[in-house]
Parts: sequence; structure tokens; C-alpha cells
Amino acid sequence: MNTAAIAVDTNPARRALPVYLLEAKYEFLRVLRNPSFAIPSLLFPPLFYLLFGLLLNRGSANAAHYLFATYSVFGVMAPSLFGFGVGVAIERERGWLALKRVAPMPPGAYLLAKMAMAALFALIIYLVLAAMAHFLGRVQLAAGQWLTLGIIAVLGVLPFCGLGLLIGSRVNASAAPALVNLIYLPMAFLSGLWMPLSLLPALIGQLAPLWPSYHLAQLALSVVGHGDGSATLPHVAVTLAFTAMCFALARRWLARTG
Amino acid sequence: MTASDVVASLAAVSKKYGELIALDAIDLHVHRGEVLALLGPNGAGKTTAISLLLGLFDPDGGKASLFGLAPKTLAARRRIGAMLQTAAVPETLTVGELIRLFRSYYPAPRTVADIVELAGVADLLKRRYGELSGGQQRRAQFALALAGKAQILFLDEPTTGLDIEARETMWKTIRMLAREGCAIVLTTHYLEEAEALADRVSVLAGGRVVAAGSVAHLRARIAQRRIRCLSRLDERTVAQWPEVRGVARTGDHIEIVTDAAEAVVRQLLFEDTDLSELEVKRAGLAEAFIEITREAA
Repeated sequence: MNTAAIAVDTNPARRALPVYLLEAKYEFLRVLRNPSFAIPSLLFPPLFYLLFGLLLNRGSANAAHYLFATYSVFGVMAPSLFGFGVGVAIERERGWLALKRVAPMPPGAYLLAKMAMAALFALIIYLVLAAMAHFLGRVQLAAGQWLTLGIIAVLGVLPFCGLGLLIGSRVNASAAPALVNLIYLPMAFLSGLWMPLSLLPALIGQLAPLWPSYHLAQLALSVVGHGDGSATLPHVAVTLAFTAMCFALARRWLARTG
Repeated sequence: MTASDVVASLAAVSKKYGELIALDAIDLHVHRGEVLALLGPNGAGKTTAISLLLGLFDPDGGKASLFGLAPKTLAARRRIGAMLQTAAVPETLTVGELIRLFRSYYPAPRTVADIVELAGVADLLKRRYGELSGGQQRRAQFALALAGKAQILFLDEPTTGLDIEARETMWKTIRMLAREGCAIVLTTHYLEEAEALADRVSVLAGGRVVAAGSVAHLRARIAQRRIRCLSRLDERTVAQWPEVRGVARTGDHIEIVTDAAEAVVRQLLFEDTDLSELEVKRAGLAEAFIEITREAA
């Protein structure tokens, strides 16, 4: 080993930073240059919100606030579930992931780049939804509330990144989009993102705590004053535990398949 | 060559995919500065052997190692480079961007200028990977394999789809790297490639190493020679001669495979005084290879 390598190895943090930045940068570029992925996942939640949250909801300020909170959660689900679920499945199955691991890419760089990507998309979607809510839906919130919801939206990608990674590390590339859709839309419905759980059969409400999107929605709802009065901390804890479990499991599966 | 020259090895390594035995207790050692060609029919276990050396899978039995380390370790992987058979490189990134990304993975990468020259990709730097032809994509993948100043390169069918000029560039680079001490493991379907590049050849069949040695050594394993000439002799008659192993006629030419070329030529000239365009050739690696894999089957 030459001296440069030794000098650099003793300071892994300094060396790792450019790798992580470069990885994230090229992940952005890759997705940005492929509008067939970027556009639907950016447009889908605002269109849903426009149709079901704004046009079909006439006048009720309560409903407008409720739906803005839950749709901001709905908005974060797609980029993370698709980015990880479909993206990882394709890159794993077609050998790109293997080549990068051999190369040797730091394993964290791959996941962090994809997470940063999902968080950026979530932020864009949130800003679009917020503008629509404010100007079209007459949603009135304090600056702190807009901000808190925005933070929930950005950090809210974590459990769905985890779930997406779980799918991507196991399911083959051709089946992944179908499976993600099969999870994404029903989960949104069952978590009360499209209509309040109180309007749905009791069983759905009882099962709702199983879904990560339910806990995130409860956090978002409590910000706009529509929470069910439950404490915040358990929802945060469940979300983090769910995320950690997904990543741990996916790590084991990915290690086994190379 | 000494044991300390060994940079990569499989020791009694076995690998199963379900019921299928992909590798059956094989030993494989790669030394510093040598070009080792892995040959064998499809499904012989070549790609599996490379995947185990790269640490993409764990062996079911035996041990794979790189520089005495487990192939999965970062320290080992920083000293290797690889071209895999299937690698769907993101189509929207340019070759230049991909090279920059791969360079960032290594503590002491090769310079971009060196990579570009060695892989012959100067004309591709600004082009997106998805726009490239199959052969150009192979060249770009070769560039990525060179990003890290590897001490061992794994090239899984590197020249598939390349035009002659690009193949010559790659061969030249492979020879140069080997002279500088880099070990190279390559699998190929083109026996002429193994003949042109390899110091050593390992022939795999059914998950076992059925023959190993230099190209000359493998060729010498079979005494066969090919005789070709213009002759009016009936091939069925020639096929009856004792030393003749096979006869084929293409148009006016007759081609004979034999272990005793001198005796057959004598007989040919005796029986057909009008015979012309006589050629006798030693069997190439292709014939040796077919013979060896047939013996193994």
C-alpha cells in the first residue's frame, strides 16, 4: 500500500465526505434526467390532493386542514417507496449494485444518496401541496405549523425508505412496481390519509396502528389540531423502530445476495 | 512463482445453487503479474468462480481469498477492479461522470487522463451511457474497472461486442498492466483471446478444473493435427485409414484430423498423385479445448 492510501485511511471521515456528496449528486442527476420517473412521482400526490382534497371538499375548513395534513404524509410515500423499492430492485437484479460494491462504494453512500433523493422529492411535493392548500384550499396555519409539517414530510421518508428497501432487496425488478403500488395505495387508504378513520369501518381503525403511515399522519394531524389526543412520543418511537427494523432486515438480505 | 506471489485464490471451493452444483471443490490460484484465462462451456462455473473471488457470494465449502483477506472486506476490494458480465450502468449518466464516481471509491485512484488513455474512451467522456453501442458500453465498463489502480483485475468476457480496433486497445492495455505486475483473470468465449493474452489457462467443465497450464502445455496435451488439401479421394475411403480420426469435405477440399500426420500424408500422396494445396496444421487451442471438455464430460 502506498503512503497516500495510508495517510487517507487514518482519516476516514475526511475521505468519505466527497464520496457521499458525489454519490448523492449523481443520484440526483440520474433521476432528474429520467423524467419518466421524476414527473409522475412529483405530480401524483398534488393531483390526488387537487381532486379529492380540494375539488370534492366544498367549504369545510376542518376538512381542509385535516386533508392537507394527511396528504402531506401521502406525498412523502411515493418517492421513497418507488425510489427504494423499484430503484434498488432494478440496480440489484441488473448488476449495477454488485459492480459498485465490488468497486468498493461505501455501502452507506448508496443508501444515503437514495434517502437524500427521496427527502428532496418529499420536500418539493410538500411545498407544492402547501401552496395549493394555502391558495386554493384556504388553509390558514401559523409559520411554525407550516414548518413543522414540512419537517415531518422530509423526515417522514425514513420508514418508507426502509419499507421500499425491504421490497427492493427481495423482489425482482419486474414485480417491484406492482408490489409497491399494492402496498402504497391501500396503506394510504387504511391509514386514513384520504378520509378520516372515523368515517371508515371500525376494524380499519383498529388495524391502522400497524401501518407506519398512520403514525406519521397522527403526528401531522396533531400539528394542525386534529390529533386524536394521543401522545406524540409513541408515534415517533414506532416510526423509528419500524425504520430500524426494515434497514436491519434489508441489510441482512442484501449481504446474502452479494 | 512462489506462494507469496498469490494474490487471489479459491481453495477447495464449492458452490451450489439449489440442487445444481456450480463449483465442485475447485482450486484456483492467481499470481502477481499473470494473465489467467478461465475457459469452459456455458454453465461450467466461470462466472461463479469470479463472483466468489469478488465476494459477491459466499462459498458453501472451502475458502476464497484476495491478498489473504476475505473478498468481502473493504481493504481487499480497494485493490481490485472488475468488469462484470451483466452490469446495467445508469443510462442517464455520462461516461465522464461515471469515471469520476468510481474514482471517488478508491483512496488512491488512477488519474482520469490515465483511465481515458488505457481504456480508449476519450471519444465517449461526454456521452451518456445509454446512447452508447454495446461495444462502447464495454469500453466504458473497462474504464470503470481501471479507476482504482487495481492489483488484480477480473474481466468477465471483456471483449464481447467490441470491434477489432477496440479489442486491440484492450489487449494492449491488459498486456501492459500485466507487465507492471497487475494480475488479470479473464473469462472468454474467444479462444484466440486466451491464446493471445493468457500466461495460464484453466479449463472448467461441470464445476471442476479439468485442465490447467500454459497455452502451449494444453495444446501439447493432444497430438492432433489437421491436414487440408485439394483431392479427388473419396472421404469415406480416407475415413477407413487406421490413423484417421475424422474427415470432412468442403467443396473440392478435404480436411482430415489425425494423430499421425506424417503417415497419413504419405498415404495421401501415394493414392492421389494430383493432390495439391497440402497444408498440415497443429491443433489450436480450440481443438484442445473441445478435446479436453469432451474427455471431462
